[in-house]
Amino acid sequence: MMSASSLPQSATFSPETIAEIERAANEGLYKIRGFGTLRPLPSFDDLVLLGASISRYPLEGYREHCATDVTLGTRFAKKPIELNIPITIAGMSFGALGVNAKRALGRGASAVGTSTTTGDGGMSEEERSESKILVYQVLPSRYGFDPDHLRACEAIEIVVGQGAKPGGGGMLLGQKITERVAQMRTLPAGIDQRSACRHPDWTGPDDLAIKIQELRELTDWEKPVFIKIGSTRPHYDVQLAVKAGADVVVLDGMQGGTGATQEVFIEHAGIPTLPALRQAVEALQELGQHRKVQLIISGGIRSGADVAKALAMGADAVSIGTAALIALGCNGSVHIEDYYALGTKPGACHHCHTGRCPVGITTQDPVLESRLDVEEGARRIRNFLTVLTMEAQTLARACGKSHLHNLEPEDLAALSVEAAAMAGVPLAGTDWIPGKSRH
Amino acid sequence: MIEVDLARSSVRTLNERLHHLTPRANELHWRVLNPAGAHNIAVGITQRVDVEIKGHVGYYCAGMNAAATVVVDGHAGTGLAENIMSGLVRVRGNASQSAAASGRGGFVVIEGSAGARCGISMKGVAIVVGGSVGHMSAFMGQAGTLIVCGEAGQDLGDSLYEAEIFVAGTVASLGADCIEKEMTQDAVEHVAALLDRAGITANANRFRHYGSARRLYNFHIDHASEY
Repeated sequence: MMSASSLPQSATFSPETIAEIERAANEGLYKIRGFGTLRPLPSFDDLVLLGASISRYPLEGYREHCATDVTLGTRFAKKPIELNIPITIAGMSFGALGVNAKRALGRGASAVGTSTTTGDGGMSEEERSESKILVYQVLPSRYGFDPDHLRACEAIEIVVGQGAKPGGGGMLLGQKITERVAQMRTLPAGIDQRSACRHPDWTGPDDLAIKIQELRELTDWEKPVFIKIGSTRPHYDVQLAVKAGADVVVLDGMQGGTGATQEVFIEHAGIPTLPALRQAVEALQELGQHRKVQLIISGGIRSGADVAKALAMGADAVSIGTAALIALGCNGSVHIEDYYALGTKPGACHHCHTGRCPVGITTQDPVLESRLDVEEGARRIRNFLTVLTMEAQTLARACGKSHLHNLEPEDLAALSVEAAAMAGVPLAGTDWIPGKSRH
Repeated sequence: MIEVDLARSSVRTLNERLHHLTPRANELHWRVLNPAGAHNIAVGITQRVDVEIKGHVGYYCAGMNAAATVVVDGHAGTGLAENIMSGLVRVRGNASQSAAASGRGGFVVIEGSAGARCGISMKGVAIVVGGSVGHMSAFMGQAGTLIVCGEAGQDLGDSLYEAEIFVAGTVASLGADCIEKEMTQDAVEHVAALLDRAGITANANRFRHYGSARRLYNFHIDHASEY
């Protein structure tokens, strides 16, 4: 007689697939959740940096300087923003996040001289006061959009799409639409908020160019204008963003997180950060705009190694969202009974959409939110950003670089054929880049 | 009266002068000559000034206006008075698509007709259109009032939140979750007051009232066909 564990199971209809079909049949709704992709994808882990030896000369770890500063918006803006480190905090809305989380992110980022970004729903007073360098998003929904906030920010980011749901609009479920969030967005409290996927007043790159001019006119050409896109066809989208007049392109890979969207979107739309970055850099180089139009890459950046590899591939800066929330305490092993109540556990929670965040980050519930101490959260953000920077510097010095931006593709090798093809760097131990001629 | 001739000056110069006005400024009346369809004219004004534009304008004229009165003596391109906060924007002719898009307050009067998506994502603005509006007007309208004295194109008020729509003529079709509602006496008076303020003559009793059925406010499988 066969034991239960040795019974043959279908690879196509695995137990997880059967469970999902049963759930869909019972509930009649697609699955909505937060966080980002759960399945394995090619990533920066598939690349390694080639430290110096005899053919290259390393820098001394504690004595020789490796600069980290970056200036964003040098193309047209009168007042580009200057960051001490090339790691920024990605756009996340007040609404998706509680106010304490926004304050902690702002305070921690400001402590190390970098920027934070607003999100769908507008700019809160707390966020403005905590963030010395604040990027204000212009989204399709225009929820809470206010020209006074355009004047008050340091840079403007037109959001065309994001990596978790390229081509889709935002979503904030009713349990997070409190009176304050509703008032900021001019919505009835408690409804499931839908966001448009297209902007209301422009429809293509030619329109976008005029839209950018409008934003520049309103702010007297002072502020850098970023354009954020999800990674699907980055070669074309980056070139069109440049043509439309962007100062900075923000490219969000498939691993980028979200507060809430359909799971089918998170797992099945867009391309991973690795190939998207390579295509974006090539697109800028084709136009002669690499390093003139700055490129910020996001989507699954977790460590200083990721930062160093992204910069070596040609990014000017990176942006972090999920990793920053984890630094704040997301998925931490506290209040475990509240994770269980959500049907999850620390380390596996992706229930941002429920508004019942056990650690008080992605919630509007005052009791839950009180679990996040702003000063402690800011300290953790500052520490995390500092560690990312020091790790990236460590690797850059080992490659003989006196500035993080001196890292280059020649400093990289790939550990898999797939990663070599996607990143456009040689497979380790060879001079072979799949898809490119050796000569 | 200050005259700015865009045949001799630039939109940048005009906007810069308008932006530098203070609440105590004496330059309260402006006339813009030869706009020639230029984009972004009179964007982002924040003071109580009158700006009269003698001719046709391009995209985003009077965009994000606050407090000012801007009159276009001609036709207007895409995104007229987009995200208007307060004040008045009037167009003597027609307006292209996305007029008063995402407007949060103020008053927009289009004496002629408006193109597609008039009042899209409106958030409190009052809009009066003397003629007709194109398809998807008031799409996702959250608050405010859209009055159309002529006809409305397809999918009027699609995915509507709490904005209210009044149309005197025929409506090609209603969008998802938009329904006809009772034309109460309060509604008649509301329409009459806005028509009067717009200076447009029409019988408020002839208008029909449209609003949200609120079936899409919370996701529910029984309403999946509306998505």
